[in-house]
Amino acid sequence: MNKQPLRLTINGRERQILVAPYYSLLDTLRDELQLTGTKKGCDEGDCGACTVILDGQPVTSCLVLALSAQGSEVTTVEGLATPETLHPVQQAFIERGGLQCGYCTQGLIMAAVGLLQDNPQPSAEEVKFAIGNNLCRCTGYTKVVEAILLAAERMAEVE
Amino acid sequence: MLRFDFLQARNLRHAISLLERHGEEARPVAGSTDFLVRWRQGFWRPACVVNIKGISGLGRITYSPQNGLRLGALATVQAIETNAQVRRRYQALATGATSFAGVQVRNLATVGGNVCNASPAGDTLPALLAFDAQCGITGPDGARILPLTEFFQGPGRTALQPGELLTELVLPPPPPRTGSLYIKHSPRGAMDIATVGVASVITLEEDGVTCRDARIALGAVGPVPFRAAEAESLLKGRELSPDALAQAAEAARHAATPIDDVRGTAAYRKDMVEALTRRTLQHALRMAGGRRVPFEEQRRLAVQTAF
Repeated sequence: MNKQPLRLTINGRERQILVAPYYSLLDTLRDELQLTGTKKGCDEGDCGACTVILDGQPVTSCLVLALSAQGSEVTTVEGLATPETLHPVQQAFIERGGLQCGYCTQGLIMAAVGLLQDNPQPSAEEVKFAIGNNLCRCTGYTKVVEAILLAAERMAEVE
Repeated sequence: MLRFDFLQARNLRHAISLLERHGEEARPVAGSTDFLVRWRQGFWRPACVVNIKGISGLGRITYSPQNGLRLGALATVQAIETNAQVRRRYQALATGATSFAGVQVRNLATVGGNVCNASPAGDTLPALLAFDAQCGITGPDGARILPLTEFFQGPGRTALQPGELLTELVLPPPPPRTGSLYIKHSPRGAMDIATVGVASVITLEEDGVTCRDARIALGAVGPVPFRAAEAESLLKGRELSPDALAQAAEAARHAATPIDDVRGTAAYRKDMVEALTRRTLQHALRMAGGRRVPFEEQRRLAVQTAF
């Protein structure tokens, strides 16, 4: 099984790498590109810890065949902040205590970023629906929902 | 570690030729949400995958009053869930899609994949059956059309012949005064498999009370998802009183042949078939009678959890 060339734009930067044909996008990000902010939880799509934005949509990167993302744009948690400022969703998670152990956090943040792109003013119910694909065993989700609603409020103010 | 090679199909003809050339060694993949899980578990061990995602034109969703709804096989479950025509005219399909996994998986999973994996519990399948979906199939010998009712042959088994691909699903336009709903009963509200899924579609006559057509499809209570024909025939031509709905629900219970598993016993599933058939019929009837149910409310109805 020879590795095959894969061209991706990751966090705004074009990358060309060789990947094994059976590699997931998640394994490619972590093992080939050392972007280890994206976590592997269940590796079967249930936990959401591996969520990235692929061509504008949040997806579980463990269920994406890397080579099927040929030519795509990927945003990982590493692509959210600038050296000076955190993304409003990241900032809100810190302020509202939307995390404890932190393993699921980047997945929840990427799911929230995906939601707020499509629906900048979600209700609490819509936030809960949008994070249905993300498991957190620490927070009980209450603070997570509060953080996402706070981020939505602040992002609306900026615009 | 198991391995496989990756072949990208450039177009439909290329995909079919790759599948023909590699025969049983090859497996077509699109969203790969089921495939990668089954491969990692060791159930599916192809020597190569033929990736059909990216074949242009195969993911379109279009609606016209003459031809109804055409779903390209590569249409994602999320695209179906958010499509305005689907939400407006095919509520059971929209609620089936909204009950499906979670948003990240819906953004990947395709309706064609859900159909071809032929799980008895596939969440889009009861609605597709209840809306009389026809399958567009293309293979080495050309194209053919098959009713979805004849597509499912057993758990994970379909009518596709070697080298054939499902290319689209076509759902006739619902007549005026039609309403529908899918309800999924499962242990959890997201990321779970249906214990029972029921889709009901009702069309009323011009008088607004007599049933012109009723279609009921059941999931996760037999080797394949299927239409409860006897229950349907109890409703057609009748005034839909609570008694009539209850009789149809009881007939649906008798049509179900579930098994015991981790999500519920066979006896429990039969009880739930009756309850959910009655409930989906009640909502479908109200919608057919002109009551508008906002999608947020349909979404709340769509998944009924055990806890």
